[in-house]
Amino acid sequence: MRPDLEIIQQWIKPGHHILDLGCGDGTLLDYLQRERGVSGFGLEINPEHITTCMGRGVAVIEQNLDTQGLGNFDDGSFDVVLMTQALQAVRRPDRVLDEMLRAGREGIVTFPNFAHWRLRWGLTLSGRMPESEALPYKWYNTPNIRLCTFKDFEALCRQKGIRIKSRRVVDGQHQNSWLARLWPNLLGEIAIYRITRENEQ
Amino acid sequence: MPDSLPADSVGIVSPQTYHFENPIDLACGQTLESYDLVVETYGELNADASNAVLICHALSGHHHAAGFHSVDERKPGWWDSCIGPGKPIDTNRFFVVSLNNLGGCHGSTGPGSINPATGKPYGPDFPVITVSDWVKSQALLADRLGIDCWAAVVGGSLGGMQALQWSLDYPERLRHAVAIASTPRLTAQNIAFNEVARQAITSDQEFHEGRYYDFDTLPRRGLMLARMVGHITYLSDASMGEKFGRELRDQAYKFGYGAEFQVESYLRYQGERFSESFDANTYLLMTRALDYFDPAYEFDGDLSRALAPASCNFLVLSFSTDWRFTPARSEEMVNAMIAARKKVSYAEIDAPWGHDAFLIPTPRYTDIFQAYMARVAREVGA
Repeated sequence: MRPDLEIIQQWIKPGHHILDLGCGDGTLLDYLQRERGVSGFGLEINPEHITTCMGRGVAVIEQNLDTQGLGNFDDGSFDVVLMTQALQAVRRPDRVLDEMLRAGREGIVTFPNFAHWRLRWGLTLSGRMPESEALPYKWYNTPNIRLCTFKDFEALCRQKGIRIKSRRVVDGQHQNSWLARLWPNLLGEIAIYRITRENEQ
Repeated sequence: MPDSLPADSVGIVSPQTYHFENPIDLACGQTLESYDLVVETYGELNADASNAVLICHALSGHHHAAGFHSVDERKPGWWDSCIGPGKPIDTNRFFVVSLNNLGGCHGSTGPGSINPATGKPYGPDFPVITVSDWVKSQALLADRLGIDCWAAVVGGSLGGMQALQWSLDYPERLRHAVAIASTPRLTAQNIAFNEVARQAITSDQEFHEGRYYDFDTLPRRGLMLARMVGHITYLSDASMGEKFGRELRDQAYKFGYGAEFQVESYLRYQGERFSESFDANTYLLMTRALDYFDPAYEFDGDLSRALAPASCNFLVLSFSTDWRFTPARSEEMVNAMIAARKKVSYAEIDAPWGHDAFLIPTPRYTDIFQAYMARVAREVGA
Protein backbone atom coordinates (compact mmCIF):
# COMPACT_ATOMS: atom_id res chain seq x y z
CA MET A 1 0.00 0.00 0.00
CA ARG A 2 1.05 3.60 -0.62
CA PRO A 3 2.90 4.80 2.49
CA ASP A 4 0.76 7.97 2.73
CA LEU A 5 -2.42 5.85 2.85
CA GLU A 6 -0.75 3.64 5.43
CA ILE A 7 -0.02 6.71 7.57
CA ILE A 8 -3.52 8.14 7.16
CA GLN A 9 -5.30 4.92 7.99
CA GLN A 10 -3.45 4.68 11.29
CA TRP A 11 -5.34 7.78 12.38
CA ILE A 12 -8.76 6.43 11.40
CA LYS A 13 -10.74 4.26 13.77
CA PRO A 14 -13.23 1.56 12.77
CA GLY A 15 -16.71 3.02 12.44
CA HIS A 16 -15.49 6.57 11.94
CA HIS A 17 -17.71 8.83 9.82
CA ILE A 18 -15.45 10.42 7.22
CA LEU A 19 -15.68 13.25 4.70
CA ASP A 20 -13.06 13.22 1.95
CA LEU A 21 -12.68 16.57 0.19
CA GLY A 22 -11.53 16.16 -3.39
CA CYS A 23 -11.78 12.38 -3.08
CA GLY A 24 -10.53 11.72 -6.64
CA ASP A 25 -11.38 8.25 -7.89
CA GLY A 26 -12.28 7.13 -4.37
CA THR A 27 -9.16 4.99 -3.76
CA LEU A 28 -8.70 6.19 -0.20
CA LEU A 29 -12.37 5.98 0.86
CA ASP A 30 -12.75 2.60 -0.80
CA TYR A 31 -9.72 1.38 1.13
CA LEU A 32 -10.92 2.85 4.42
CA GLN A 33 -14.39 1.35 3.94
CA ARG A 34 -12.97 -2.10 3.35
CA GLU A 35 -10.08 -2.06 5.82
CA ARG A 36 -11.40 0.22 8.53
CA GLY A 37 -15.17 -0.15 8.18
CA VAL A 38 -15.73 3.59 7.97
CA SER A 39 -18.80 5.31 6.57
CA GLY A 40 -18.90 8.64 4.81
CA PHE A 41 -18.76 10.62 1.62
CA GLY A 42 -16.33 11.92 -0.90
CA LEU A 43 -16.74 15.31 -2.56
CA GLU A 44 -15.43 15.65 -6.10
CA ILE A 45 -15.89 17.79 -9.19
CA ASN A 46 -14.05 15.77 -11.84
CA PRO A 47 -16.73 13.89 -13.86
CA GLU A 48 -14.57 10.83 -14.62
CA HIS A 49 -13.58 10.50 -10.97
CA ILE A 50 -17.22 10.77 -9.89
CA THR A 51 -18.22 7.99 -12.28
CA THR A 52 -15.35 5.79 -11.01
CA CYS A 53 -16.42 6.35 -7.40
CA MET A 54 -20.00 5.39 -8.19
CA GLY A 55 -18.84 2.25 -9.97
CA ARG A 56 -16.77 1.10 -7.00
CA GLY A 57 -19.42 1.81 -4.37
CA VAL A 58 -17.95 4.94 -2.84
CA ALA A 59 -20.65 7.48 -1.92
CA VAL A 60 -19.62 10.56 -3.85
CA ILE A 61 -21.25 13.96 -4.08
CA GLU A 62 -20.58 16.43 -6.83
CA GLN A 63 -19.73 19.58 -4.93
CA ASN A 64 -17.39 22.47 -5.61
CA LEU A 65 -15.54 23.61 -2.49
CA ASP A 66 -14.82 27.02 -3.97
CA THR A 67 -18.40 27.92 -4.82
CA GLN A 68 -20.46 25.76 -2.47
CA GLY A 69 -18.22 25.35 0.59
CA LEU A 70 -19.31 22.82 3.17
CA GLY A 71 -22.46 24.62 4.30
CA ASN A 72 -24.58 21.52 3.75
CA PHE A 73 -22.72 19.62 6.47
CA ASP A 74 -23.69 20.15 10.10
CA ASP A 75 -21.17 21.19 12.76
CA GLY A 76 -19.20 18.25 14.09
CA SER A 77 -21.01 15.74 11.89
CA PHE A 78 -17.83 13.87 10.93
CA ASP A 79 -15.11 12.25 13.00
CA VAL A 80 -12.48 13.08 10.40
CA VAL A 81 -12.47 15.38 7.38
CA LEU A 82 -9.76 14.42 4.90
CA MET A 83 -8.20 16.48 2.18
CA THR A 84 -5.34 14.90 0.30
CA GLN A 85 -3.62 16.93 -2.39
CA ALA A 86 -6.45 19.43 -2.81
CA LEU A 87 -5.64 22.28 -0.40
CA GLN A 88 -3.40 23.91 -3.00
CA ALA A 89 -6.19 23.76 -5.60
CA VAL A 90 -8.90 25.66 -3.71
CA ARG A 91 -9.33 29.41 -3.86
CA ARG A 92 -9.38 30.03 -0.11
CA PRO A 93 -7.50 27.26 1.70
CA ASP A 94 -7.79 29.24 4.95
CA ARG A 95 -11.60 29.12 4.81
CA VAL A 96 -11.59 25.46 3.80
CA LEU A 97 -9.49 24.64 6.86
CA ASP A 98 -12.00 26.45 9.07
CA GLU A 99 -14.85 24.57 7.44
CA MET A 100 -13.05 21.23 7.80
CA LEU A 101 -12.67 21.72 11.51
CA ARG A 102 -16.24 22.93 11.85
CA ALA A 103 -17.80 19.92 10.08
CA GLY A 104 -15.31 17.46 11.57
CA ARG A 105 -13.63 16.94 14.93
CA GLU A 106 -10.32 16.32 13.25
CA GLY A 107 -8.71 17.02 9.88
CA ILE A 108 -6.07 15.26 7.84
CA VAL A 109 -4.41 17.35 5.14
CA THR A 110 -1.70 16.59 2.63
CA PHE A 111 -0.18 19.02 0.14
CA PRO A 112 3.06 19.50 -1.81
CA ASN A 113 5.82 21.59 -0.24
CA PHE A 114 6.84 24.54 -2.38
CA ALA A 115 10.04 24.94 -0.36
CA HIS A 116 11.42 21.55 -1.39
CA TRP A 117 15.06 21.92 -2.40
CA ARG A 118 14.47 20.76 -5.99
CA LEU A 119 11.86 23.46 -6.55
CA ARG A 120 14.03 26.11 -4.92
CA TRP A 121 16.99 24.97 -6.99
CA GLY A 122 14.98 24.87 -10.24
CA LEU A 123 13.70 28.41 -9.81
CA THR A 124 17.13 29.72 -8.86
CA LEU A 125 18.96 28.09 -11.75
CA SER A 126 16.50 28.30 -14.62
CA GLY A 127 14.46 31.30 -13.56
CA ARG A 128 11.33 29.43 -14.57
CA MET A 129 8.40 28.09 -12.59
CA PRO A 130 9.48 24.79 -11.11
CA GLU A 131 7.96 21.43 -11.93
CA SER A 132 8.29 18.20 -9.99
CA GLU A 133 6.63 14.84 -9.50
CA ALA A 134 4.40 16.40 -6.90
CA LEU A 135 3.70 19.42 -9.13
CA PRO A 136 3.70 18.05 -12.68
CA TYR A 137 2.09 21.05 -14.41
CA LYS A 138 2.95 24.18 -16.35
CA TRP A 139 2.35 27.52 -14.64
CA TYR A 140 -0.58 28.25 -16.97
CA ASN A 141 -2.51 24.99 -16.72
CA THR A 142 -1.89 23.98 -13.15
CA PRO A 143 -4.88 23.32 -10.91
CA ASN A 144 -2.59 24.26 -8.02
CA ILE A 145 -3.22 27.94 -7.44
CA ARG A 146 -2.33 28.33 -3.74
CA LEU A 147 1.08 26.81 -3.28
CA CYS A 148 2.70 27.08 0.10
CA THR A 149 5.51 25.66 2.15
CA PHE A 150 5.28 23.58 5.31
CA LYS A 151 6.34 26.65 7.27
CA ASP A 152 3.58 28.74 5.67
CA PHE A 153 0.97 26.14 6.53
CA GLU A 154 2.12 25.84 10.09
CA ALA A 155 2.11 29.63 10.46
CA LEU A 156 -1.49 29.71 9.21
CA CYS A 157 -2.47 27.01 11.70
CA ARG A 158 -0.91 28.98 14.56
CA GLN A 159 -2.73 32.11 13.46
CA LYS A 160 -6.04 30.27 13.33
CA GLY A 161 -5.68 28.42 16.59
CA ILE A 162 -5.39 25.08 14.83
CA ARG A 163 -3.35 22.47 16.68
CA ILE A 164 -1.10 20.15 14.66
CA LYS A 165 -1.45 16.76 16.32
CA SER A 166 1.02 14.99 14.02
CA ARG A 167 3.04 15.62 10.92
CA ARG A 168 4.66 13.04 8.66
CA VAL A 169 6.84 14.12 5.77
CA VAL A 170 7.31 11.98 2.68
CA ASP A 171 8.91 12.34 -0.73
CA GLY A 172 7.25 12.55 -4.13
CA GLN A 173 6.66 8.79 -4.18
CA HIS A 174 5.09 9.07 -0.73
CA GLN A 175 8.11 7.35 0.82
CA ASN A 176 9.04 8.23 4.35
CA SER A 177 12.74 9.11 4.25
CA TRP A 178 14.92 9.92 7.25
CA LEU A 179 16.42 12.93 5.49
CA ALA A 180 13.01 14.48 4.97
CA ARG A 181 12.28 13.96 8.64
CA LEU A 182 15.50 15.79 9.48
CA TRP A 183 14.96 18.90 7.32
CA PRO A 184 11.31 18.72 6.33
CA ASN A 185 10.85 22.16 4.81
CA LEU A 186 13.88 21.66 2.58
CA LEU A 187 13.76 17.95 1.84
CA GLY A 188 10.14 16.97 2.28
CA GLU A 189 7.95 16.96 -0.82
CA ILE A 190 4.57 16.13 0.72
CA ALA A 191 3.44 16.43 4.32
CA ILE A 192 0.57 14.66 6.00
CA TYR A 193 -0.84 16.81 8.78
CA ARG A 194 -3.29 15.72 11.41
CA ILE A 195 -5.00 18.82 12.76
CA THR A 196 -7.67 19.79 15.25
CA ARG A 197 -9.01 22.84 17.07
CA GLU A 198 -6.90 23.98 20.04
CA ASN A 199 -9.72 23.13 22.43
CA GLU A 200 -10.35 19.65 20.95
CA GLN A 201 -8.68 16.58 22.40
CA MET B 1 -40.56 0.96 -36.29
CA PRO B 2 -37.19 -0.10 -37.65
CA ASP B 3 -37.03 -2.87 -40.29
CA SER B 4 -34.99 -4.96 -37.90
CA LEU B 5 -34.90 -4.60 -34.11
CA PRO B 6 -31.81 -2.82 -32.73
CA ALA B 7 -29.32 -5.19 -31.08
CA ASP B 8 -29.59 -3.36 -27.77
CA SER B 9 -33.38 -3.58 -27.67
CA VAL B 10 -35.28 -5.95 -25.40
CA GLY B 11 -37.18 -6.81 -28.59
CA ILE B 12 -40.86 -7.61 -28.87
CA VAL B 13 -42.59 -7.46 -25.51
CA SER B 14 -46.14 -7.88 -24.33
CA PRO B 15 -47.86 -6.54 -21.25
CA GLN B 16 -49.51 -8.76 -18.69
CA THR B 17 -52.44 -7.96 -16.43
CA TYR B 18 -52.30 -8.97 -12.77
CA HIS B 19 -55.63 -9.04 -10.99
CA PHE B 20 -55.71 -8.39 -7.24
CA GLU B 21 -58.74 -9.56 -5.29
CA ASN B 22 -57.63 -8.38 -1.84
CA PRO B 23 -58.88 -4.89 -0.99
CA ILE B 24 -56.26 -2.15 -0.75
CA ASP B 25 -56.69 0.67 1.77
CA LEU B 26 -55.69 4.04 0.39
CA ALA B 27 -54.28 7.14 2.09
CA CYS B 28 -57.48 9.10 1.34
CA GLY B 29 -59.45 6.71 3.54
CA GLN B 30 -61.18 4.82 0.72
CA THR B 31 -60.66 1.21 -0.23
CA LEU B 32 -60.40 -0.38 -3.65
CA GLU B 33 -62.01 -3.79 -3.33
CA SER B 34 -60.17 -5.26 -6.28
CA TYR B 35 -57.95 -3.89 -9.04
CA ASP B 36 -55.74 -4.70 -12.00
CA LEU B 37 -52.15 -3.72 -12.64
CA VAL B 38 -50.68 -3.91 -16.14
CA VAL B 39 -47.06 -4.94 -16.09
CA GLU B 40 -44.18 -5.49 -18.50
CA THR B 41 -41.01 -7.35 -17.60
CA TYR B 42 -37.67 -7.59 -19.37
CA GLY B 43 -34.81 -10.00 -18.66
CA GLU B 44 -34.87 -13.07 -16.41
CA LEU B 45 -35.40 -13.31 -12.66
CA ASN B 46 -32.44 -15.21 -11.19
CA ALA B 47 -32.72 -18.19 -8.87
CA ASP B 48 -32.62 -16.23 -5.61
CA ALA B 49 -34.77 -13.40 -7.04
CA SER B 50 -32.06 -10.89 -6.17
CA ASN B 51 -31.70 -9.19 -9.55
CA ALA B 52 -35.08 -7.46 -9.84
CA VAL B 53 -35.29 -3.77 -10.67
CA LEU B 54 -38.54 -1.83 -10.40
CA ILE B 55 -39.08 1.02 -12.85
CA CYS B 56 -41.50 3.69 -11.64
CA HIS B 57 -43.10 5.88 -14.27
CA ALA B 58 -43.54 9.62 -14.41
CA LEU B 59 -46.71 11.70 -14.76
CA SER B 60 -47.99 10.44 -18.10
CA GLY B 61 -45.97 7.24 -18.25
CA HIS B 62 -47.05 3.62 -18.12
CA HIS B 63 -45.86 0.01 -18.18
CA HIS B 64 -44.32 0.09 -21.65
CA ALA B 65 -40.80 1.22 -20.72
CA ALA B 66 -38.68 -0.66 -23.26
CA GLY B 67 -38.82 -2.65 -26.48
CA PHE B 68 -41.62 -2.82 -29.03
CA HIS B 69 -45.13 -4.25 -28.84
CA SER B 70 -45.03 -5.21 -32.49
CA VAL B 71 -42.82 -4.81 -35.51
CA ASP B 72 -45.18 -2.07 -36.64
CA GLU B 73 -44.72 0.06 -33.52
CA ARG B 74 -43.17 3.37 -34.48
CA LYS B 75 -41.42 4.16 -31.20
CA PRO B 76 -40.08 1.89 -28.46
CA GLY B 77 -41.07 2.12 -24.77
CA TRP B 78 -40.56 5.45 -23.02
CA TRP B 79 -37.25 4.61 -21.33
CA ASP B 80 -35.79 2.42 -24.04
CA SER B 81 -32.65 4.57 -24.03
CA CYS B 82 -31.75 3.22 -20.57
CA ILE B 83 -33.24 -0.30 -20.47
CA GLY B 84 -31.92 -3.14 -22.62
CA PRO B 85 -28.95 -5.44 -23.19
CA GLY B 86 -25.77 -3.48 -22.42
CA LYS B 87 -27.69 -0.36 -21.43
CA PRO B 88 -27.48 1.18 -17.92
CA ILE B 89 -30.32 -1.04 -16.71
CA ASP B 90 -28.82 -4.08 -18.37
CA THR B 91 -31.44 -6.72 -19.11
CA ASN B 92 -28.67 -9.32 -19.48
CA ARG B 93 -28.17 -8.94 -15.74
CA PHE B 94 -31.37 -7.56 -14.30
CA PHE B 95 -35.00 -8.64 -14.27
CA VAL B 96 -36.81 -5.38 -14.95
CA VAL B 97 -40.41 -4.79 -13.86
CA SER B 98 -42.39 -1.82 -15.12
CA LEU B 99 -46.05 -1.16 -14.45
CA ASN B 100 -48.87 1.23 -15.09
CA ASN B 101 -49.74 2.72 -11.71
CA LEU B 102 -53.15 2.58 -10.07
CA GLY B 103 -55.30 5.38 -11.42
CA GLY B 104 -53.57 5.15 -14.78
CA CYS B 105 -55.26 4.90 -18.14
CA HIS B 106 -53.23 2.21 -19.84
CA GLY B 107 -54.95 -0.86 -18.49
CA SER B 108 -54.44 -0.63 -14.74
CA THR B 109 -57.53 0.17 -12.73
CA GLY B 110 -58.26 3.87 -12.96
CA PRO B 111 -61.02 6.44 -13.40
CA GLY B 112 -61.96 4.98 -16.79
CA SER B 113 -62.41 1.45 -15.38
CA ILE B 114 -65.79 0.05 -14.51
CA ASN B 115 -66.73 0.56 -10.87
CA PRO B 116 -68.09 -2.85 -9.78
CA ALA B 117 -70.45 -1.08 -7.35
CA THR B 118 -72.26 0.84 -10.11
CA GLY B 119 -71.41 -0.96 -13.34
CA LYS B 120 -70.32 2.39 -14.78
CA PRO B 121 -66.88 4.00 -15.11
CA TYR B 122 -65.53 5.42 -11.83
CA GLY B 123 -64.91 8.85 -13.33
CA PRO B 124 -64.55 11.45 -10.56
CA ASP B 125 -65.52 8.81 -7.94
CA PHE B 126 -62.17 7.12 -8.36
CA PRO B 127 -60.28 7.74 -5.14
CA VAL B 128 -57.39 10.19 -5.06
CA ILE B 129 -54.19 8.15 -5.07
CA THR B 130 -50.92 9.11 -3.37
CA VAL B 131 -47.33 8.10 -4.03
CA SER B 132 -47.49 5.92 -0.90
CA ASP B 133 -50.53 4.11 -2.32
CA TRP B 134 -48.60 3.34 -5.47
CA VAL B 135 -45.69 2.03 -3.47
CA LYS B 136 -48.05 -0.18 -1.48
CA SER B 137 -49.57 -1.62 -4.66
CA GLN B 138 -46.09 -2.16 -6.10
CA ALA B 139 -45.09 -4.07 -2.95
CA LEU B 140 -48.11 -6.33 -3.44
CA LEU B 141 -47.04 -6.81 -7.05
CA ALA B 142 -43.55 -7.73 -5.82
CA ASP B 143 -45.13 -10.35 -3.52
CA ARG B 144 -46.97 -11.77 -6.49
CA LEU B 145 -43.77 -11.93 -8.56
CA GLY B 146 -41.85 -13.58 -5.71
CA ILE B 147 -39.52 -10.61 -5.16
CA ASP B 148 -38.67 -9.99 -1.50
CA CYS B 149 -36.11 -7.29 -2.13
CA TRP B 150 -35.50 -5.16 -5.20
CA ALA B 151 -31.90 -4.75 -6.28
CA ALA B 152 -33.01 -1.22 -7.12
CA VAL B 153 -36.13 0.90 -7.41
CA VAL B 154 -35.54 3.45 -10.16
CA GLY B 155 -37.51 6.39 -11.47
CA GLY B 156 -37.34 9.82 -13.05
CA SER B 157 -39.46 12.79 -11.96
CA LEU B 158 -42.64 11.42 -10.31
CA GLY B 159 -40.93 8.02 -10.63
CA GLY B 160 -38.06 9.29 -8.45
CA MET B 161 -40.58 10.25 -5.78
CA GLN B 162 -41.84 6.67 -5.77
CA ALA B 163 -38.26 5.41 -5.37
CA LEU B 164 -37.79 7.75 -2.40
CA GLN B 165 -41.11 6.66 -0.86
CA TRP B 166 -40.10 3.00 -1.24
CA SER B 167 -37.01 3.65 0.87
CA LEU B 168 -39.23 4.99 3.67
CA ASP B 169 -42.20 2.62 3.52
CA TYR B 170 -40.36 -0.67 2.86
CA PRO B 171 -36.72 -0.03 3.84
CA GLU B 172 -35.92 -3.75 3.99
CA ARG B 173 -37.29 -4.41 0.52
CA LEU B 174 -34.82 -2.48 -1.65
CA ARG B 175 -31.04 -2.22 -1.79
CA HIS B 176 -30.82 0.91 -3.91
CA ALA B 177 -33.13 3.83 -4.70
CA VAL B 178 -32.37 5.86 -7.80
CA ALA B 179 -34.14 9.23 -8.09
CA ILE B 180 -33.45 11.10 -11.32
CA ALA B 181 -34.63 14.66 -12.08
CA SER B 182 -36.85 14.46 -9.04
CA THR B 183 -37.71 16.43 -5.91
CA PRO B 184 -38.65 15.74 -2.28
CA ARG B 185 -41.73 17.97 -2.72
CA LEU B 186 -43.26 20.37 -5.20
CA THR B 187 -42.69 24.10 -4.93
CA ALA B 188 -45.54 26.61 -5.15
CA GLN B 189 -44.57 27.22 -8.79
CA ASN B 190 -44.78 23.48 -9.57
CA ILE B 191 -48.21 23.27 -7.95
CA ALA B 192 -49.28 26.39 -9.85
CA PHE B 193 -48.44 24.73 -13.18
CA ASN B 194 -50.45 21.66 -12.14
CA GLU B 195 -53.38 23.87 -11.19
CA VAL B 196 -53.37 25.58 -14.59
CA ALA B 197 -53.41 22.13 -16.20
CA ARG B 198 -56.32 21.00 -14.03
CA GLN B 199 -58.27 24.19 -14.65
CA ALA B 200 -57.80 23.72 -18.39
CA ILE B 201 -59.34 20.25 -18.10
CA THR B 202 -62.16 20.94 -15.66
CA SER B 203 -63.29 24.09 -17.49
CA ASP B 204 -63.66 22.23 -20.79
CA GLN B 205 -67.36 22.06 -21.65
CA GLU B 206 -66.97 18.39 -22.49
CA PHE B 207 -65.64 17.56 -19.02
CA HIS B 208 -69.10 17.15 -17.45
CA GLU B 209 -67.59 17.12 -13.95
CA GLY B 210 -65.53 14.11 -14.84
CA ARG B 211 -68.46 12.02 -16.13
CA TYR B 212 -67.60 12.51 -19.79
CA TYR B 213 -67.62 8.73 -20.29
CA ASP B 214 -71.40 8.78 -19.74
CA PHE B 215 -71.78 11.51 -22.38
CA ASP B 216 -69.68 9.62 -24.89
CA THR B 217 -67.34 12.56 -25.27
CA LEU B 218 -63.90 13.68 -24.11
CA PRO B 219 -62.54 17.01 -22.79
CA ARG B 220 -59.98 17.00 -25.60
CA ARG B 221 -59.41 20.73 -25.67
CA GLY B 222 -58.74 20.99 -21.94
CA LEU B 223 -56.42 18.02 -21.94
CA MET B 224 -54.57 19.46 -24.92
CA LEU B 225 -54.04 22.78 -23.11
CA ALA B 226 -52.94 20.96 -19.95
CA ARG B 227 -50.39 19.01 -21.93
CA MET B 228 -49.14 22.09 -23.74
CA VAL B 229 -48.43 23.85 -20.43
CA GLY B 230 -46.77 20.72 -19.08
CA HIS B 231 -44.74 20.20 -22.22
CA ILE B 232 -43.29 23.72 -22.05
CA THR B 233 -42.09 23.08 -18.51
CA TYR B 234 -40.41 19.80 -19.50
CA LEU B 235 -38.21 21.45 -22.13
CA SER B 236 -35.67 24.22 -21.71
CA ASP B 237 -35.61 27.63 -23.35
CA ALA B 238 -32.39 26.61 -25.09
CA SER B 239 -33.69 23.29 -26.41
CA MET B 240 -36.89 24.89 -27.70
CA GLY B 241 -34.83 27.67 -29.24
CA GLU B 242 -32.58 25.17 -30.95
CA LYS B 243 -35.49 23.10 -32.21
CA PHE B 244 -37.81 25.88 -33.37
CA GLY B 245 -36.28 29.30 -32.89
CA ARG B 246 -38.76 31.85 -34.26
CA GLU B 247 -39.23 29.82 -37.39
CA LEU B 248 -42.51 30.46 -39.20
CA ARG B 249 -44.61 27.86 -40.98
CA ASP B 250 -44.99 30.17 -43.96
CA GLN B 251 -42.39 32.76 -44.65
CA ALA B 252 -44.36 35.83 -43.52
CA TYR B 253 -46.48 37.04 -40.61
CA LYS B 254 -50.21 36.70 -41.27
CA PHE B 255 -51.32 39.11 -38.56
CA GLY B 256 -53.76 36.59 -37.11
CA TYR B 257 -53.93 34.01 -34.32
CA GLY B 258 -53.47 30.74 -36.16
CA ALA B 259 -50.40 28.59 -35.54
CA GLU B 260 -47.89 30.77 -37.38
CA PHE B 261 -44.72 29.87 -35.51
CA GLN B 262 -43.37 26.33 -35.73
CA VAL B 263 -43.33 26.01 -31.96
CA GLU B 264 -47.07 26.73 -31.87
CA SER B 265 -47.91 24.03 -34.34
CA TYR B 266 -45.59 21.60 -32.53
CA LEU B 267 -47.32 22.20 -29.21
CA ARG B 268 -50.77 21.92 -30.78
CA TYR B 269 -49.83 18.67 -32.49
CA GLN B 270 -48.33 17.18 -29.30
CA GLY B 271 -51.32 18.34 -27.26
CA GLU B 272 -53.85 16.93 -29.68
CA ARG B 273 -52.11 13.59 -29.92
CA PHE B 274 -51.91 13.39 -26.14
CA SER B 275 -55.59 14.26 -25.72
CA GLU B 276 -56.50 11.29 -27.93
CA SER B 277 -54.51 8.80 -25.87
CA PHE B 278 -54.65 9.99 -22.26
CA ASP B 279 -57.53 10.11 -19.82
CA ALA B 280 -58.40 13.52 -18.37
CA ASN B 281 -59.37 12.17 -14.93
CA THR B 282 -56.06 10.30 -14.75
CA TYR B 283 -54.24 13.56 -15.51
CA LEU B 284 -56.04 15.24 -12.62
CA LEU B 285 -55.22 12.33 -10.34
CA MET B 286 -51.54 12.14 -11.27
CA THR B 287 -50.96 15.89 -10.86
CA ARG B 288 -52.67 15.74 -7.47
CA ALA B 289 -50.41 12.87 -6.40
CA LEU B 290 -47.48 15.11 -7.34
CA ASP B 291 -48.86 18.03 -5.31
CA TYR B 292 -49.44 15.93 -2.19
CA PHE B 293 -46.06 14.21 -2.19
CA ASP B 294 -44.05 15.49 0.77
CA PRO B 295 -42.51 12.85 3.05
CA ALA B 296 -41.30 15.62 5.37
CA TYR B 297 -44.87 16.85 5.98
CA GLU B 298 -45.37 14.75 9.10
CA PHE B 299 -41.97 15.80 10.44
CA ASP B 300 -42.45 19.58 10.49
CA GLY B 301 -40.82 19.84 7.10
CA ASP B 302 -37.64 18.14 8.30
CA LEU B 303 -36.80 15.70 5.52
CA SER B 304 -33.77 14.27 7.31
CA ARG B 305 -36.04 13.08 10.13
CA ALA B 306 -38.46 11.62 7.60
CA LEU B 307 -35.56 9.68 6.10
CA ALA B 308 -34.71 7.96 9.37
CA PRO B 309 -36.15 4.53 8.41
CA ALA B 310 -34.34 4.36 5.05
CA SER B 311 -31.49 1.85 4.88
CA CYS B 312 -30.83 1.59 1.13
CA ASN B 313 -28.13 3.29 -0.93
CA PHE B 314 -29.31 6.32 -2.87
CA LEU B 315 -28.29 7.66 -6.23
CA VAL B 316 -29.62 11.13 -7.01
CA LEU B 317 -29.10 12.76 -10.41
CA SER B 318 -30.20 16.17 -11.62
CA PHE B 319 -29.86 18.08 -14.88
CA SER B 320 -28.45 21.57 -15.22
CA THR B 321 -31.27 23.01 -17.37
CA ASP B 322 -34.18 21.29 -15.58
CA TRP B 323 -36.35 24.13 -14.34
CA ARG B 324 -39.34 21.94 -13.44
CA PHE B 325 -37.34 20.14 -10.74
CA THR B 326 -34.10 22.11 -10.57
CA PRO B 327 -30.78 20.70 -9.34
CA ALA B 328 -31.40 22.67 -6.14
CA ARG B 329 -34.43 20.42 -5.41
CA SER B 330 -32.27 17.32 -5.80
CA GLU B 331 -29.61 18.87 -3.58
CA GLU B 332 -32.27 19.48 -0.93
CA MET B 333 -32.94 15.74 -0.99
CA VAL B 334 -29.22 14.89 -0.93
CA ASN B 335 -28.48 17.26 1.95
CA ALA B 336 -31.28 15.72 4.01
CA MET B 337 -29.80 12.28 3.27
CA ILE B 338 -26.36 13.51 4.34
CA ALA B 339 -27.79 14.92 7.57
CA ALA B 340 -29.58 11.60 8.16
CA ARG B 341 -26.29 9.73 7.51
CA LYS B 342 -27.68 7.81 4.56
CA LYS B 343 -25.45 6.44 1.83
CA VAL B 344 -25.98 8.80 -1.09
CA SER B 345 -24.21 9.66 -4.31
CA TYR B 346 -25.12 12.73 -6.31
CA ALA B 347 -24.19 14.34 -9.60
CA GLU B 348 -25.59 17.21 -11.62
CA ILE B 349 -25.49 16.35 -15.31
CA ASP B 350 -24.83 19.18 -17.72
CA ALA B 351 -27.46 18.66 -20.43
CA PRO B 352 -29.44 21.17 -22.48
CA TRP B 353 -32.79 19.34 -22.61
CA GLY B 354 -34.51 20.59 -19.48
CA HIS B 355 -36.57 18.18 -17.36
CA ASP B 356 -36.90 15.71 -20.27
CA ALA B 357 -33.12 15.15 -20.13
CA PHE B 358 -33.69 12.07 -17.99
CA LEU B 359 -35.17 10.32 -21.03
CA ILE B 360 -32.39 11.35 -23.40
CA PRO B 361 -29.00 9.63 -23.42
CA THR B 362 -26.09 12.01 -22.92
CA PRO B 363 -22.61 10.55 -22.39
CA ARG B 364 -22.05 11.61 -18.80
CA TYR B 365 -25.56 10.59 -17.72
CA THR B 366 -25.22 7.20 -19.39
CA ASP B 367 -21.72 6.65 -17.95
CA ILE B 368 -22.75 7.39 -14.37
CA PHE B 369 -25.98 5.43 -14.58
CA GLN B 370 -24.15 2.49 -16.17
CA ALA B 371 -21.34 2.51 -13.59
CA TYR B 372 -23.78 2.70 -10.69
CA MET B 373 -26.06 -0.04 -11.97
CA ALA B 374 -23.07 -2.29 -12.79
CA ARG B 375 -22.07 -1.98 -9.17
CA VAL B 376 -25.63 -2.87 -8.09
CA ALA B 377 -25.49 -5.92 -10.37
CA ARG B 378 -22.15 -7.03 -8.88
CA GLU B 379 -23.55 -6.61 -5.40
CA VAL B 380 -26.48 -8.95 -6.04
CA GLY B 381 -24.41 -11.39 -8.08
CA ALA B 382 -26.25 -10.68 -11.31
